Amino acid sequence: MKFDTPAGQNPIDQLKVVGKPTDRIDGKFKTTGTAPYAYERHDVVANQAYGYVLGAGISKGRVRAIHVEDAKRAPGVLAVVTTLESPRLERGMMNTAYLFGGDVIQHYHQAIAVVVAETFEQARAAAFLVKVDYAAEAGKFDLAAEAKGAPPVPSDSGEGSGGDGEERVGDFDGAFAQAPVTLDETYSTADESHAMMEPHATVAAWDGDKLTLWTSNQMIAWGHGSVAKILGIPKENVRIDSPYVGGGFGGKLFVRADAVLAALGAKAAGRPVKVALTRPLIANNTTHRPATIQRVRIGATKDGTITAIAHESTSGNLPDGDPETAVSQTKLLYAGANRLTAMKLAHLDLPEGNAMRAPGEAPGLMVLEVAMDEMAEKLGLDPVEFRIRNDTQVDPQAPERPFSHRDLIGCLKLGAEKFGWAKRNPRPGQVRNGQWLIGVGMAAAFRNNMVLKSGARVRLDGAGTVTVETDMTDIGTGSYTIIAQTAAEMMGLPLDKIVVRLGDSDFPVSSGSGGQFGANSSTAGVYAACVKLREAVAQRLGINSADAVFADGEVRAGNRAVPLGDAAAQGALSAEDTIEFGDISKKQQQSTFGAHFVEVGVDADTAEIRVRRMLAVCAAGRILNPKSARSQVIGGMTMGTGAALMEELAVDTKRGFFANHDLAGYEVPVHADIPHQEVIFLDEVDPMSSPMKAKGVGELGICGVGAAVANAVYNATGIRVRDYPLTLDKFLERMPDAA
Amino acid sequence: MRSFTYERPSTPAEAAAAVAAKPNAKFIAGGTNLLDLMKLQIETPAHLVDVNGLGLDRIEATPEGGLRIGALVRNTDLAADARVRKDYGVLSRALLAGASGQLRNKATTAGNLLQRTRCPYFYDTAQACNKRQPGSGCSALDGVSRQLAVIGGSDACIATHPGDMAVAMRVLDATVETVDAQGTERKIPIAEFHRLPGDKPEVDTTLKTGELITAVTLPKPVAGTHIYRKVRDRASYAYALVSVAAILGKDGSGHVAFGGVAHKPWRVEAAEAALPRGAKAVTDHVFAGAKPTHENAYKLKLAERTLTAALNQARA
Repeated sequence: MKFDTPAGQNPIDQLKVVGKPTDRIDGKFKTTGTAPYAYERHDVVANQAYGYVLGAGISKGRVRAIHVEDAKRAPGVLAVVTTLESPRLERGMMNTAYLFGGDVIQHYHQAIAVVVAETFEQARAAAFLVKVDYAAEAGKFDLAAEAKGAPPVPSDSGEGSGGDGEERVGDFDGAFAQAPVTLDETYSTADESHAMMEPHATVAAWDGDKLTLWTSNQMIAWGHGSVAKILGIPKENVRIDSPYVGGGFGGKLFVRADAVLAALGAKAAGRPVKVALTRPLIANNTTHRPATIQRVRIGATKDGTITAIAHESTSGNLPDGDPETAVSQTKLLYAGANRLTAMKLAHLDLPEGNAMRAPGEAPGLMVLEVAMDEMAEKLGLDPVEFRIRNDTQVDPQAPERPFSHRDLIGCLKLGAEKFGWAKRNPRPGQVRNGQWLIGVGMAAAFRNNMVLKSGARVRLDGAGTVTVETDMTDIGTGSYTIIAQTAAEMMGLPLDKIVVRLGDSDFPVSSGSGGQFGANSSTAGVYAACVKLREAVAQRLGINSADAVFADGEVRAGNRAVPLGDAAAQGALSAEDTIEFGDISKKQQQSTFGAHFVEVGVDADTAEIRVRRMLAVCAAGRILNPKSARSQVIGGMTMGTGAALMEELAVDTKRGFFANHDLAGYEVPVHADIPHQEVIFLDEVDPMSSPMKAKGVGELGICGVGAAVANAVYNATGIRVRDYPLTLDKFLERMPDAA
Repeated sequence: MRSFTYERPSTPAEAAAAVAAKPNAKFIAGGTNLLDLMKLQIETPAHLVDVNGLGLDRIEATPEGGLRIGALVRNTDLAADARVRKDYGVLSRALLAGASGQLRNKATTAGNLLQRTRCPYFYDTAQACNKRQPGSGCSALDGVSRQLAVIGGSDACIATHPGDMAVAMRVLDATVETVDAQGTERKIPIAEFHRLPGDKPEVDTTLKTGELITAVTLPKPVAGTHIYRKVRDRASYAYALVSVAAILGKDGSGHVAFGGVAHKPWRVEAAEAALPRGAKAVTDHVFAGAKPTHENAYKLKLAERTLTAALNQARA
């Protein structure tokens, strides 16, 4: 199905099933331990052995020799595969660093060997017996030191943000110089780890030339092609299966060392092998969100109209890597005739920087929306009003492109009202409650809505059950549920008559999960397949498909009503289709919007910061399931709070690695850090997005929330710290005297 | 994890003898720290002597009016004991500020005293660490050190004792009771139990090989407000950046020990006379001679301000 004109009335608009806050249909499996994750796929193939991945102990250089004799003699060991036995393997889609093979070490904990044994404990113990001789080389590990002179580089996050290295509209320098009120500040954000609950894990089994990987991956089709390329085997010989994913956040968009080394280990051992990356390897072996140094300049008239806005970001990466697309939202969020954005890239020899939940916008808005707060204060304007005053309904860089639907102002106004924003004391450091300095802050949320081609297959059986198959993944987001809701709505069935099967490369290729494109794109693919199935049903029943009504398990036309299952009485009916998006998404700008409001307390003595309440108001088209959508938004708010207050991969700039590489050292928010969270969705549809009229919310929640926290901290203390995360050590010297 | 042998003796003296008899043997109680370290081959004992069955799990009154806490009393049980809550609030609060409910259910009183540092370089076997591998050097000195010691360190090591309970034990003047392989009993004041790293950072305590902790005794209760104030980067389940264990009167007089700042709970009794004059007078004395890194110098200011918070609480 081609989608190239705005969606008209269609069966989804009935909203009998879609749009309801249905419990996740996989919820009971998750909570009872019966939704097996990759490492728990004990039943899929017999005789599984265990692989343990050894990471390099240097950050840059070469491997001279790997001594495996002792390891091979250790109890239970079946095989040891080292990087020196293999040529450097091809990289998969969007891999920057090489995953395995050859003697070159590009970064710390790069995989250099896998030890396969009968048990995990034996494999791990034997891995400690592997001795490696290195020729270490000096590397570059300090972003601040390398930032000077970093050139502008174009980039595409692959998740909906990107652009040229430098983009200009009008005359920024002239307008900024003439602006009566200006702001020019520099901020920094930290390297962050996805820190998903389920580590990267794969079970690999060879059957002759055929390889099956039971793995944990967000993008099955990308992974399918990548595995074939990396291993140099035909795609037809690879199958990937990933029905449950215990969190990805972008860390599982691409094939990683677990999959490659499970496959190589299985080949060497001659039997199936399972590999999970250990927690330390997740920080340094896989990808992370790169640190940034960002400069924002804003010029405005005295009444608060922005006349000049510039946002420049510098980040680091390995050779062949990309810059963080932290300036993308600044091209679209606010009006202003004179504009400059730039992404600069420094060469660093730290592990690979790559996509993490809202790549670009998450760190970009953490900075832009603090700058807006600072600018509002300079102008003597309420920060909500300042944003409203600079709203735009068209792409400021290309005014002929309107937004398909943009209600940022609605989010700001409703949020301000529900949060009690009017009660805020705009003078910072004035509100105290016992030990706590209290402050409130807000920020806009913004994230583009990407649409990706997505396919599905639906099959009706004689019992009236519809089975949906698509390689879409459910990474904890609720894909199973919204896909079932879509099929139920289309076929006039209750949810318990729908079976959803996901994550298998034998199924039709879907959008996959990433860039908050999955929910809208994949359900639109299911919609397309269901349209075909409805036609097939009508044809089988001898009904004109235009007249057929699918409701309550029946097909009705005129006075006739037939149970849906009857259409398949003579054999199952199957239909497959793919939604393909024309240039509709290019002609108009599709984005999602929101407003975050946060109240914090800052301990007057210790400067400990604790969030007290949070509210997000979101405008993201039709909300397919308000319950799972809310979970996505509060998850984003939690993650953004972590980024604002505590999350930082601590760089050892001398040795070149992230030192706090476990969950004791890399702190993410715990329950006690996250108090009351509220989410309100504006009731809206966007007919430009798809037949579902929905947009993504999976990343909107993290966008801007860190700035709202930071602005609240400033309102509480009067201290502006521009270096994230806002840990207490950065405040202590400037805190008022302890009373 | 390397293979090891295992036994469960029936008396404390047998347990001590069992560890003394074999090279590279270790006691195991709750295992909440040791097992993790064994998996990473930071600890590689050849033999484990399980002390869980020795009956050292009672809390009893002492003739002196204090409490004798068995070495195997779980952290959860100790924190919840009515006598501890009533008379030694600083201890109960310190325990509850540490770890998680699950870990406290398993972790023991003696094991808590013996937990090892959380320095990131101690945990990464590819990095130099004198505590893990004597003579290999210390990566932390010019590495990531935000969490590490500001005082009492050496050129060989700036690790901290990561615990909370021991800081409260220190301000309570607890005594560690032990038995050795010969059955000889010894009482070690808590002040002398943990050592400074010096040039032997691999040795955390003054225990001798095979010497088994049987109990920790507390003297009779000290009047005052019992405070344990732990400052950390998140609200729960994090190691202290700085902690203050204090017993303070309304006038501010009393006793104070600091956690998260040194290789042992840090207390300078001679500084305590200055408590009624406010925090700075005390911390200037307590932290005289501190040698922080550029990453952890904030701990000095934080210690002062956290003590201020404690003094305010006591006066309120």
